Amino acid sequence: MKKLGPLDIYKQLPKTNCGECGEKTCMAFASQLIERALTLKDCPYLKGKNMEALVKLTAPAVRQVIFGKKSPVKIGGEDVMYRHELTYFNETAISIEVTDQMSEEDLLERVHYVTNFDHERIGQHLTLQSVAIKNTSQHPDIFAECVKKVAENTDKALIYCSFIPESLQAALEVCNDQPLLYAATKETWEKVGNIAKEYSCPVVAFSDNNLSELKSVAAALQSMGLTDIAVDPGTYPENLSVTLNSLVQLRRTSMNEDEILNCPIIGIPAAASDPMDEVMAASMMINRFIDLIIFHTIDMYAVLPIITLRQNIYTDPRRPVSVEAGLRPFGEPKPDSPLLATTNFALTYYTVASDIESAGLDAYLLVFDTEGLGVEAAVAGGQLDAYKAKEAMEEAKLTETLSHKKIVIPGMAARISGELEQISGWEVMVGPKDSSGIPEFIEKRWKESA
Amino acid sequence: MDIDRLIRMLEDTDEIELENVDIFAEELELLMSPIGKAMKPAEYRELQYEPPLEEYRGEIPVVKFGHTKSEGGTRSHSLYVGGEKTMPFYRFEHENPYKPVVAFDVFDMKIGLAKPVKVHYKEVLEDPAAWAKLSVDKFGADMVTIHLISTDPLLKDTPVSDAVKTVEEVLQAVKVPIIIGGSGNPGKDPEVLEKAAEVAEGERVMLNSASMNLDYKRVAQAAMDYGHVVLSWTQLDINDQKTLNRHLFDMGVQPENMLIDPTTAALGYGLEYSFSMMERMRLAGLKGDTDLQCPIASGTTNAWGAREAWMKESPIEGETWGDRMKRGPLWEAVSAFTLCLAGCDLFMMMCPTSVQLFREMTTQLTEDHEVNSAADWLTGGA
Repeated sequence: MKKLGPLDIYKQLPKTNCGECGEKTCMAFASQLIERALTLKDCPYLKGKNMEALVKLTAPAVRQVIFGKKSPVKIGGEDVMYRHELTYFNETAISIEVTDQMSEEDLLERVHYVTNFDHERIGQHLTLQSVAIKNTSQHPDIFAECVKKVAENTDKALIYCSFIPESLQAALEVCNDQPLLYAATKETWEKVGNIAKEYSCPVVAFSDNNLSELKSVAAALQSMGLTDIAVDPGTYPENLSVTLNSLVQLRRTSMNEDEILNCPIIGIPAAASDPMDEVMAASMMINRFIDLIIFHTIDMYAVLPIITLRQNIYTDPRRPVSVEAGLRPFGEPKPDSPLLATTNFALTYYTVASDIESAGLDAYLLVFDTEGLGVEAAVAGGQLDAYKAKEAMEEAKLTETLSHKKIVIPGMAARISGELEQISGWEVMVGPKDSSGIPEFIEKRWKESA
Repeated sequence: MDIDRLIRMLEDTDEIELENVDIFAEELELLMSPIGKAMKPAEYRELQYEPPLEEYRGEIPVVKFGHTKSEGGTRSHSLYVGGEKTMPFYRFEHENPYKPVVAFDVFDMKIGLAKPVKVHYKEVLEDPAAWAKLSVDKFGADMVTIHLISTDPLLKDTPVSDAVKTVEEVLQAVKVPIIIGGSGNPGKDPEVLEKAAEVAEGERVMLNSASMNLDYKRVAQAAMDYGHVVLSWTQLDINDQKTLNRHLFDMGVQPENMLIDPTTAALGYGLEYSFSMMERMRLAGLKGDTDLQCPIASGTTNAWGAREAWMKESPIEGETWGDRMKRGPLWEAVSAFTLCLAGCDLFMMMCPTSVQLFREMTTQLTEDHEVNSAADWLTGGA
């Protein structure tokens, strides 16, 4: 990470504290720039040399590369090695591979899979970003035809994959939506670099397990005036140690302000021959700095852990761990609507909330202050016990809102139910262990008991 | 003359001489950028990549599990964790000395398990000794954790004297080093673990755990009195972990007798908290923070609490999650692998398929294997 303080930035600012950026002072603006909560464009008075200096000062440690015009994909742009040091910005892009030797049916199945993929998880839509087209036929014409077919069927960003420059050229002639070109090597850098220049496309430098060569290829591309460069140090599914050590070294090199290898990194778990191994390789890469992966398996059992891990790792660690405790209405609850309870750990809360919302229930949810712990952990750690639950129930003045005295506590808190019933005088029902069971529980158990 | 024409005219010009020109301006800014011939030609130069090495001041202590006959125990061998000089698998800097260790969970009463786990243990769910033996003999467990959950007054309230018999049975049934866990009941655990430590004297087990929620002094004292390792467990709060560790060190617990566990949240349900907590703790330890200089343990079985792991299918109509017999094991394996990369040393796990997947990865990351060409991916067909 660059050792950048607000003062370094402040020096180049107008220092008028005009407030037009939304911050009260230029110093505050400087802090927000470092956190990337604001951008240079938010200051209307930045111009000339100051602007140039700031652009350079605030450039991310890993350059950002964008490919695809219709659905742009941003890769790189990171400022830190480890997420707790600030946050990661651009989540790992996932590209699904196809080949120019597949049957049309298989090809379109995969293209449609990427295009239509939309998995809703805790309030977010998780998607796939791209299709990577492999020139396994080695023929430029066959490749160009395949690229055309893919482009006709999706707006997703594309990666053209071939070691034959003529193939990349042929494909760009039929379709140029600013794909990522994979790849320029020690042998082909000049030809591929010229194609990238002519068509204004970002390009990947590749070397087979040789970081010195990778650096040389990237530098050669840079000497042609190209800046949108990503790097692939090679994925070795039978020897992930080599891949991991390349990823770590490359990312650390970026953090050391290298001006050649400060590029987004690409990994290819698709090279694994077994889907389970592919998932494991991909999870290693997502945990260790990768900016884009090319993936093969399109079964949900394999894709789900990957997109979930990505969602976890790319969550901003500066986001608060807990939500506010208290009583919250869902839908249009009436005094006789069900009363459910959960903890104020953000993740638990949002999971429960999204389960209640997606079932369209009218209900109240009492959020216990468990110091940001989930149900199981809070019960184990004593942050949620019968007395604390009773206190929260009293504080929420439930009797003013509700016409009944029944509360559904989480299944994971079953062990406090007896005591809570005794000391509160309320009927305590033990709900499902997983909040996905809430709709069914309300339908069967709650209505029965009413 | 328009500017474009002027620029085109100048494209092949090396030098411009201005004659009889007056410039009326207060300030003149000349932007000279090399164009055309002035630009350096594109070229390929052989550059050297310098590995970016970092210096670490600290080193993680080595902790030993299990004593053999000559050391006063009955284990067939000892196991070690810790000793790290760098982050996990950063072999370009250092070789860390030990591989991650997997301890299989065994419970002293029948518990509910997800199908992909249950299929492996159906026959032994009511016999902890047989369960432990199966885990070692068939699934290659490095260690076994016997969780004395039936001692919980809210479950079976098994008397301490009965519970420790189970510990003895497990010690008889398997010869690998073991971990002894309580029920999580803060009132009873100190008593259970004290007695368990006594009956396991000489075996060098790990007591799971000392935490802020209970009388941790009794647990730590028992570990010291009978020569065991103690697990310092906190709940996703690095400052709590530092505080508890300091208390334990102040009591006299030696660094080579302690592991730390900041709590494991499942993939999809807060795994990133555990991940960053472990990464921070390990980096702090390597940088010399002695409060956090300990090998790290994880209750990875928590991964099965995620609905994507245990549920047969998505509860949402029209949505599919794919084959549960693959999805579930991957959930636990990915959780383990993620924490392993962050710095975790010891994994308490359940599903043999998950363990196998996880081990394949850690073996690859600690050993040298042949490297095929990475270009095969593109030239060899899908």
